[in-house]
Amino acid sequence: MPSFVITEKCDGCKGQERTACMYICPNDLMKLDRDRMKAYNQETEQCWECYNCVKICPQQAIEVRGYQDFIPLGGNVIPLRGSDAIMWTVKFRNGSLKRFKFPIRTTSEGSINPYAGKPEPNFDDLRKPGFFNKPDVKKL
Amino acid sequence: MELETCTFSYCQRPDIITHETDILLVGGGMACCGAAYEAAKWAERDKLRVTMVDKAATDRSGAVAMGLSAINTYMGENDPADYVRYVRGDLMGIVREDLIYDLGRHVDDSVHLFEEWGLPVWKRADDGHTMDGAQPAPKLTEGGKPVRSGKWQIMINGESYKVIVAEAAKKALEYNRQYTGVAQNHFERIFIVKLTVDKNEPNRINGAVGFSLRENKAYLFKTNAMLLACGGAVNVFRPRSVAEGQGRAWYPVWNSGSTYAMAAQAGAELVLMENRFVPARFKDGYGPVGAWFLFFKAKATNAFGEDYCATNFEDAKKWYGKYADKLGTAIRNYMMIMDMKAGKGPILMRTDLAMQELGKTMDAKQIKHLEAEAWEDFLDMCIGQAGVWAGNNIEPDKSPSEIMPTEPYLLGSHAGCAGIWVSGPDDLGAPAEWCWGYNRMSTVKGLFTAGDGVGASGHKFSSGSHAEGRMAAKAMVAFVLDNKGFKPEIVRTTDELIADIYLPFEIYEKYKNYSTDPNTNPHYIRPRMLQARLQKIMDEYVAGVSTWYVTSRTLLDSGLKQLEMLKEDANRMAASDLHELMRCWENLHRIWAGESHARHILFREESRYPGYYNRGDFWAIDDANWKCFTISKWNAEKGEWDFSKRDYVQLIPD
Repeated sequence: MPSFVITEKCDGCKGQERTACMYICPNDLMKLDRDRMKAYNQETEQCWECYNCVKICPQQAIEVRGYQDFIPLGGNVIPLRGSDAIMWTVKFRNGSLKRFKFPIRTTSEGSINPYAGKPEPNFDDLRKPGFFNKPDVKKL
Repeated sequence: MELETCTFSYCQRPDIITHETDILLVGGGMACCGAAYEAAKWAERDKLRVTMVDKAATDRSGAVAMGLSAINTYMGENDPADYVRYVRGDLMGIVREDLIYDLGRHVDDSVHLFEEWGLPVWKRADDGHTMDGAQPAPKLTEGGKPVRSGKWQIMINGESYKVIVAEAAKKALEYNRQYTGVAQNHFERIFIVKLTVDKNEPNRINGAVGFSLRENKAYLFKTNAMLLACGGAVNVFRPRSVAEGQGRAWYPVWNSGSTYAMAAQAGAELVLMENRFVPARFKDGYGPVGAWFLFFKAKATNAFGEDYCATNFEDAKKWYGKYADKLGTAIRNYMMIMDMKAGKGPILMRTDLAMQELGKTMDAKQIKHLEAEAWEDFLDMCIGQAGVWAGNNIEPDKSPSEIMPTEPYLLGSHAGCAGIWVSGPDDLGAPAEWCWGYNRMSTVKGLFTAGDGVGASGHKFSSGSHAEGRMAAKAMVAFVLDNKGFKPEIVRTTDELIADIYLPFEIYEKYKNYSTDPNTNPHYIRPRMLQARLQKIMDEYVAGVSTWYVTSRTLLDSGLKQLEMLKEDANRMAASDLHELMRCWENLHRIWAGESHARHILFREESRYPGYYNRGDFWAIDDANWKCFTISKWNAEKGEWDFSKRDYVQLIPD
């Protein structure tokens, strides 16, 4: 189910060095055509349909079209990812719709303070099992 | 064929950047993110430098890039010894029980961190109903009850799982960067393709080379210790889908066997590389079935409504005896495949019956909630499956869905145990040859691994990989402190190393105008065709889907001859841009992983994993001769693989 970019909506991320979709694609698939300033999926048969390009696009210019080697035309699955939840619209080939909303995180983005409230490591434990914050683990 | 070399006569020489560090993390998935978190804290006292190099953007790299709907390894009230029993049973009796117990006793702390950082974890309310992870409830550490979809699994709202874990890892790296004062310690879009060994100390790793996917820059990272944890191997075999759909691999399509290939090339011992995973998943979309089986109590049957695990049990019992009784994942596959071969397909997941059954005790609102949970299982981690159902007008409460065993995958963190032989903990009574050194260090000094990299220890999944990365990181800090005076000296010059990496550019530029279409040219092979040839060989000779996962000595001998020639042809890989250069090296790594897999299957003269693959010439399990680890080691000087057996020792009683 490769991603595709809607020509009218894509603004090439306004001529920045790289587009949001290029930044995020785990498989390096999204490419910016500098002549048209439009992004596209350069290798659709390597697309895992992870939707990360769809979710990140600031213009909502990216969607996914079912893999044509096994999915009939007409359905689609569209996310709208917010800061704490994601909304999904699933459209069936027969036109019926389903909508879902699921939480995605309970803290605000960027708020993690990874070592707050954690103890300092004890170097007497370095060669023993356990983590710096949890030195005691079970033994057989 | 004449051997080509790169002298930068045709392609442009890249800028070469050398970066020195103490601990190098190759990969950016769950294991390396865990390692960054643990290492940055232990490294502070001695100002050790920690560096992460990720092929992609860490927010969405690795196997959890899309998200997950469950954490499959959480002990909670369970005893890690029971976890060992479960993993041993599912992996047909041969596992490293020291590593698995060690993982089990550590893993929950990572899950607790995830929840602290903001991952929504479902909770079971006092009246028994399920609450999503955003509803107010005590955390796991405060006595909150998780929603178990199985003994070891808990449900999450995991769309942003990796984003959350990456945020903590990136902050840990930044913490390390500030106290060490280095300019940069987190590199994205750099693909590491080769490890370097030390000039003065044999069998000692000291660095890695790679290139930027964004600009004409090559990198040499010099290090004291290294965590090589960049996933398993996907698309080594011809997938069932052959056009666009081949991207819809069950495991992440960008996992290219780099962990196994680079470790093998560096001389590390590999273990159980014959092991593979062939998941039975929803057909084509490869959506998860675990929640349907475990949470919704759905049953899978053949087209006639028969339970294939009942009708074929006698045959499985005849060949596999006590192993059949456990009804592990491999044996269930074996029986499913028997029905498919008998024409009793399609095999169906009876989602309709399951939801109707649950509906008997639930009101309309509860059923709507249940339906949303079923869809979330896909939308959190395998969105494409929702697309398959939408495109085919399948509503799971109204009609069943086909399931099918996929093409084979090589991995060590999910329900498989291929990987690298590592040292384990020394406090669990394991044999001395299992714990000769630092925890999770391979047989190459300084080279550590975790997640998909550690062999003979499956079923760690996302949380276990994160925890294992942390365990390895702590051991790496000890290693670096013990080897403080180490001065890496690379055997070859940086120029030579970089010229090797850029050879596919040189070849392309040298020959591209020979023919009118650069795709069809007798002087080189482009990565797409390299991959197609590998997949065809693996499929037809090494027990892929086209032979119903069956192979034999004669088939493997033929396949290995073809793999040898493919490896020779890989010296003629050609790339027109950086993206294609990445594909060249990924596919070379896939070839090495595939060859290792084939040779291990050839060495083990029995069918240890029926349903994943069968040896036609050794159909049974042969405990008398083969209840042991298989070890391989690439001998670079001789250009040969050395094989040996190593004793399996049971540490946890039945």
